Amino acid sequence: MFLFVVRRLFFAVVLLLAVSVFTYLLFALLPTDPAALTCGIHCKPETVLANRIRLGYDKPVLEQYWQFLRGIFVGRDYGLGQTAFSCPAPSLGYSFNQHACVTSLIGETFPVTAFLAIGAFILWMIIGIGVGAIAALNKGKWQDRFATGFAAVGVSLPTFYIGLLVLFSVVIWFQILPFPSYEAPLDNFSAFITAMILPWLVLAVLSAASYTRLTRNGMLEAMNEDFVRLGVAKGLRLRVILRRYVMRQALIPIVTIAGLDFAGLLGGAIITESVFSLPGMGRMSIRAVVDSDLPVLVGTTMVAAVFIVVANVIVDIAYGFLDPRVRVSS
Amino acid sequence: MTENSVPVLSVQNLRVSFDTQDGTVHAVDGVSFDAYAGETICIVGESGSGKSVMASSIMRLNNSSTATTEGRILVKGLDVLSASEEEVRGIRGSEVAMIFQDPMSALNPYFTVGKQIAEAYVVHHPGASKHEIHDVVLAMMIKVGIPSPEKRIDEYPHQFSGGMRQRIVIAIALINNPKILIADEPTTALDVTVQAQILDLMMSLQKEFGMTIILITHDLGVVAEVAQDVIVMYAGHIVEQSHVDALFHAPTHPYSWGLLGSVASYGDNKRGGLVTISGSPPSLISLAVGCSFHPRCAHSKGEGSVCMTVSPSLRSVGSDGSRSACHLADDVLVSVGRGGFRS
Repeated sequence: MFLFVVRRLFFAVVLLLAVSVFTYLLFALLPTDPAALTCGIHCKPETVLANRIRLGYDKPVLEQYWQFLRGIFVGRDYGLGQTAFSCPAPSLGYSFNQHACVTSLIGETFPVTAFLAIGAFILWMIIGIGVGAIAALNKGKWQDRFATGFAAVGVSLPTFYIGLLVLFSVVIWFQILPFPSYEAPLDNFSAFITAMILPWLVLAVLSAASYTRLTRNGMLEAMNEDFVRLGVAKGLRLRVILRRYVMRQALIPIVTIAGLDFAGLLGGAIITESVFSLPGMGRMSIRAVVDSDLPVLVGTTMVAAVFIVVANVIVDIAYGFLDPRVRVSS
Repeated sequence: MTENSVPVLSVQNLRVSFDTQDGTVHAVDGVSFDAYAGETICIVGESGSGKSVMASSIMRLNNSSTATTEGRILVKGLDVLSASEEEVRGIRGSEVAMIFQDPMSALNPYFTVGKQIAEAYVVHHPGASKHEIHDVVLAMMIKVGIPSPEKRIDEYPHQFSGGMRQRIVIAIALINNPKILIADEPTTALDVTVQAQILDLMMSLQKEFGMTIILITHDLGVVAEVAQDVIVMYAGHIVEQSHVDALFHAPTHPYSWGLLGSVASYGDNKRGGLVTISGSPPSLISLAVGCSFHPRCAHSKGEGSVCMTVSPSLRSVGSDGSRSACHLADDVLVSVGRGGFRS
């Protein structure tokens, strides 16, 4: 098991390096000149040239990449003399649009995204697995039909549509809640909850749909297993059979998907954050795309990639704990 | 066989049907038999003849939302079919235990075998100490012939071979010393060499524990070896119930002859090869009127005869205690049949 984890971590690092190369090169290949974007349309060629040198865009792409990679570990200094400034490690570059280090920009926006992701994740796991389990235990009855319908509707409805619909009806039409305006939970907890409750619910209910289906089908499949019949034949209580036999098996694919979904969400819930005006990483990324703020894009892409890769490793390790067949054969 | 004592298991007019999209499937249609302490009853018949459904009914394992079960099944005086869930749970594993066909899928892959054997013990012995449980499990693993059980008790099912897994399943079944063991084709999924070992194990444990075994099998070789009584099922009915010697020497139902004739044996080539029963098993949704075997029966009396109009009931035939559900068992067929199995 230990060797398995070490090997898995090693490959995770290799993968992240590959992602960083690919991401950086992709942005370097874009036809836009990052230096030209540092000042407005009416910009003197000298200024552009000076900025290009200051930000290191005059160097060959590979050297730029090396500087970027080095910056992550030791921080990075830009320019010389009076105009010099630095971004401390881990530096993901400097945003000329917002005149700030990318790392600190991410530091400001990430908590919002994390709060959104964690709250929604907890809600959707409870709703998804709960409704799925109820459906499986009442197969063919109205509960099951309701749950299956819920799953079908939830899977097919896009967040931007439902998000706007909910926002419109709850905030504008019925005026149950004020228009969401994000505040940090430590500054103003009630404002935080007021701003988060709708995005949490929208994200949770829509994502729960696929978990409902996964739980229902997983449990029904498990209930047909011979070993569940043997469990019944042993005289075990239904509760025990459901927990040790049925759920145990149904949970394995759920853990896999949940890990990846959660990681994806930590990389920024672009649509949800935009619809509910949450100042998170997703909204920052989309704004960076619009503004051609390349360093921010590279930074958020890297952060999202880290989450996905780490989640993959965690899921793999969790797999080993959940399924002894994986543990022993590895 | 102790005919005069109370049977440990009494199945009375059992009917099991399943509602499907195509109609109601009558998987078991009026089956009655008694089983006495210490005997081995084999149930034979083609796939779909209702053997397994009948066996699962004894522990009420059929899915209650799709299956309709009627009749009575008495275990230790309790009618399994009308008892409460909690009463049935008390019988499962302690009075009646079951061995399934495929040991590869019968064990929970997520727990060690030791834990799974222990689970069966603990549920009927609440309050047993950890130490006691461990000793009982270990003793049982030794009894079913698991080598180095101290080490293997903490291993998972996938670390065991098929034969070893079936031994674990047997250990689970016998840990509470049940009166009745239902074995649903326990050797079908195993290698031929392992089959004999598992059967030997079951038979020696039967002697030790004094239990009744209800063995469902396709394998007439197994029947000849282990059975005292044989029940032949066809289309949800018992068509013949005989002592094993009587069945092999003087079967009283044309279907039994067919089964016996379809066994491959050395030297078949000289005698014209394997005999098959023509036709295929009937649909259990729309059974033939009259005897359900008549469409495939070489001795059927044809249009308008009793075979085509009256459903035969199981009755005593001959002097050796055989029961047969063939209209013609007494007269014509007996004289034809007793010459051999070829019809």
